[in-house]
Amino acid sequence: MTSQINLRLQHRYPGFALDLDLQLPGKGVTALYGHSGSGKTTCLRCIAGLERASQAYVQVNDHIWQDSQRNHFVPVHQRALGYIFQEASLFPHLSVRANLEFGLKRIAHQERRVDLAHATELLGITHLLTRAPHNLSGGERQRVGIARALLTSPQLLLMDEPLAALDNQRKGEILPYLERLHAELDIPVLYVSHSLDEVARLADHIVLLSEGKVLASGPVSETLARLDLPLARGNDAAVVIEGRVSDYNLNYQLLTLHLPGSAQQLRVAHASMAIGQPLRVKVQARDISLTLAPSEHSSILNSLHARVVSETAADNQAHVLIRLDADGTPLLARITRYSRDQLGLHPGQLLWAQIKSVAVLA
Amino acid sequence: MNVRARPFIPAALAVLIGCTAFTSVQADEVQVAVAANFTAPIQAIASDFEKDTGHKLIAAYGATGQFYTQIKNGAPFEVFLAADDTTPERLEKEGDTVPGSRFTYAIGTLALWSAKEGYIDGTDKALLANQYTHLSIANPKAAPYGLAATQVLAKLDLTDKVKNKIVEGQNITQAYQFVSTGNAELGFVALSQIYKNGKVSDGSAWIVPEAMHDPIRQDAVILKKGENNPAAKALADYLKGPKATAIIKSYGYHL
Amino acid sequence: MPLTSADFAAIWLTLQLASLTTLILLLVGTPIALWLAHTRSRLRGPIGAIVALPLVLPPTVIGFYLLLAMGPNGYVGQLTQYLGLGTLTFSFAGLVIGSVIYSMPFVVQPLQNAFTAIGPRPLEVAATLRANPWDTFFSVIVPLARPGFITASILGFAHTVGEFGVVLMIGGNIPEKTRVVSVQIYDHVEALEYAQAHWLAGAMVVFSFLVLLALYSSRKSQTSWS
Repeated sequence: MTSQINLRLQHRYPGFALDLDLQLPGKGVTALYGHSGSGKTTCLRCIAGLERASQAYVQVNDHIWQDSQRNHFVPVHQRALGYIFQEASLFPHLSVRANLEFGLKRIAHQERRVDLAHATELLGITHLLTRAPHNLSGGERQRVGIARALLTSPQLLLMDEPLAALDNQRKGEILPYLERLHAELDIPVLYVSHSLDEVARLADHIVLLSEGKVLASGPVSETLARLDLPLARGNDAAVVIEGRVSDYNLNYQLLTLHLPGSAQQLRVAHASMAIGQPLRVKVQARDISLTLAPSEHSSILNSLHARVVSETAADNQAHVLIRLDADGTPLLARITRYSRDQLGLHPGQLLWAQIKSVAVLA
Repeated sequence: MNVRARPFIPAALAVLIGCTAFTSVQADEVQVAVAANFTAPIQAIASDFEKDTGHKLIAAYGATGQFYTQIKNGAPFEVFLAADDTTPERLEKEGDTVPGSRFTYAIGTLALWSAKEGYIDGTDKALLANQYTHLSIANPKAAPYGLAATQVLAKLDLTDKVKNKIVEGQNITQAYQFVSTGNAELGFVALSQIYKNGKVSDGSAWIVPEAMHDPIRQDAVILKKGENNPAAKALADYLKGPKATAIIKSYGYHL
Repeated sequence: MPLTSADFAAIWLTLQLASLTTLILLLVGTPIALWLAHTRSRLRGPIGAIVALPLVLPPTVIGFYLLLAMGPNGYVGQLTQYLGLGTLTFSFAGLVIGSVIYSMPFVVQPLQNAFTAIGPRPLEVAATLRANPWDTFFSVIVPLARPGFITASILGFAHTVGEFGVVLMIGGNIPEKTRVVSVQIYDHVEALEYAQAHWLAGAMVVFSFLVLLALYSSRKSQTSWS
C-alpha cells in the first residue's frame, strides 16, 4: 500500500485562485502553513470534500477521493477521514459521551482501531463523559472534538487551526496531547496553522502556502532554513533541530543534546529526560551571534563550529540572514550588515555560532 | 413632483371638497342593505333613483340573516331590502324599524339553471333524470331561495335521491357561483340572477312554477336609523313607483 | 348539551382536516424549508415569495381561484377528471389541498428559520463523522430544530382550524365532508341560532387553548441535550 497523499487542486474563488500540486508523506504530521487568506483552510476543506474544487485530484494512500476528470467524487461521509474544526462544534443536543460515540457508532466493528477508553485517556477527558457541551471550557471542548474525530479510526486526520480559538494557557494544555497523538497513533495528520511555534513543535513536513499557491514543500528543519523563502527573512526566523538526549546533569539541571550526524552538542536548562530520547529544539535566528574566535569566558552555553553557506537580505535594511552548516545541521543567524562587513563574512568561511537561547519543543 | 405645483395642491383639494359639499347640500345619501339576489335590479334602480330624486343610494349586498345580526348590533343601515318576509317582520316586532314602513317590494321566482347550453330543456326533466354529480342550492337555513329549493325537491319526491349530491352556497350568490364555474352541473338560483331583458341570458334553465313552493315574498322596511332621513322615505316610495316596478319585473320577479 | 350531532360532526371533521393538513405540510414543507435554508441558487427568492403568498392573499381570493382551477374547466379539474377522480370541489380532499396551500407559509417559515439557525457547521461535522444526508437529517437536524417543528405544527394546525374563507369558497357546506366548525358557526348565526353558535364557538376556543397550552408547555421544558 502506498503511503502518500497526492493532491492537485485548481479553483477560482472571488478574489483568489487556488492552484496546488502536492505530494505529501502519508505519515507523520504535515503542516499547511501560511498567512490568513493564503488558502490553507480552503485546501484542507477541498481534501475533505467539504468544498469541491472545479479541477481536482485527491488521492489518499490507495483511495482516490476525487478526480474531476472522471467526474468522480466520493462524498464526505464515505471518506475515512477525521476533521477537527477551529471551534470544536460539539453537538449541543448530545452529551460528551454521545458526541464521542457519534462517529464510532457509524463505522463497522472490524474497522474500529481506536476505542472509547483509549481516546478519552489519550485526550484526558474521561472525567467529562457525562457533561453537556456547554458546561465545558474551550480547551476541554476542543479535546473532545479531537477524540470524537479519532474515534472514527480515520486514515487521515485533518486539523484546521485547532488551537487558534484558544488562549495561550489552553493552547499550552492541549499541545502535549497533540504531541502524544503524534507519538502514539499511526494516523497521518494534515495540520493547518498560521503559528510557526505550533508548526515547529508538531510538524515533520511543512507546506508553505501563499495566495493559493505552494511556495515550498519539504521536511521542517530543511525548509525553515531555506534562505529563498520568506520564512527565513522575518524576525521570527528559526531552525528546528532534531537531536537525541545524550546526557543529563542533575546538579545543574542541564540537558545535553546530540546533533544528528555530528559530535557537536547543545546544552539546555531543562527538566530531566531519559537518555536516548529523541528531542526537538528550536533556535531562533536572532538568538545566534557569530564570532571568528570562540570565547571561553562567556555565559553562553552553546557554541557550535560551523561553516558559512550563503546569505540573503532580511526584511529590513539593517539586517542580513546568514545560513550556516554545522556538520549537516543547518543554522540561521540574523546579524547586522555592519557586523557582516566587520567580520568579512563569505561563503565557506569557518567560524563559531554562539547560541543564546534554545527552546525545547516538548 | 414639480416643486412649483406644490402651492396648488391645497387649493385644488379645497375646490374638490367644496364641489362635493355643494352637490350634497340638497341631496342625501341612504345606506341600504340589499339581499344578494337583488343585486342586479337595485343597481339598475339606483341610477334612475339618483337622476330622479338627486338622492344617492349606497348599497351593501349579502345574506339576509347576516344583515339581521349586523342590524341588531348597530350596523348603519337605513333601509333593508330582505330576501324573505320573516326577517323584516321580526325586526318590526323587535322595534328596530319605522312602524308601518314594511312592504313587499318583489316576489322572487326560483329557477333551475345550468351554465351549459341545452343541459336543461325548460322543464324539470334534467332534475328528475338525476344524472348529475352536484346540485347547488343556497343554504336553506339562511336563504329563502334555498328553502324554496328544498320544498321543490320535496314536491318532486327527490329529497332522498339527491341528498348526497347537494352542495350549499352560503347565499344565493355563492349558489350561483358554483353553477357558473361548472363545479355544479346545475342549481337552484334566483331568476333575477340569470334573467335580462325578458329572457335567460346564458346557459339553460327551468323557471319553477310558483305553486311548487311557498311564495318568496321579499319585504323592504325602513330601519330606525333611517327614521329622519328623507332619502330613506324617498327610496321606499320610489320602489313602489312605476319605473322601479318595471325594472323589477324585467329581472324576472313578480309583484 | 346544546351541541347537536351536526355540531360534533363539524368538530370531528375540522380536527381531521387540521391534523391531515398539518401532517402533509410537515412532510412536504420540510424539504422545501431545507432547500430554502441551504440553497445558494437564484431561485431562492422567487420560491420563497411564492411560498409566502398565502400570507398576504385574502383567503377568498385563494378560494376563488381554487374554485376555478378545480372546476371542470380548470387545469386541476381537467387533470382529476382525466384520472377518473371527478372534480375536487365539494370534497374533503379538495379542502385538504386548499388548506395545505393556505397554511403552507405557517409551516415552512418556522421550519426554515430553525434550519437556518442551525447553520452549515453541524452538518459538516456530521458528514465527517460518517453520517450520510438522511442520517444527518434525523440525528442532527431534527433534534436541533425541534422547537421549529413544534412551532410549525402549532401554527399549521391552528391556522387550518380557523380557516373560513377558503372552505367557504370551495366546500359547499356538505355535512361530514366539508362542513367545518367555522362554517357551522357561521350557519348558526345566519339562522339566528345564537345559543348554538355560542356553544360551538366556545368549545373551539377551549379546545384550541388546551392544545396550545400543552404544546407551549412542552417547548419550555425541553432540555438542550439528551
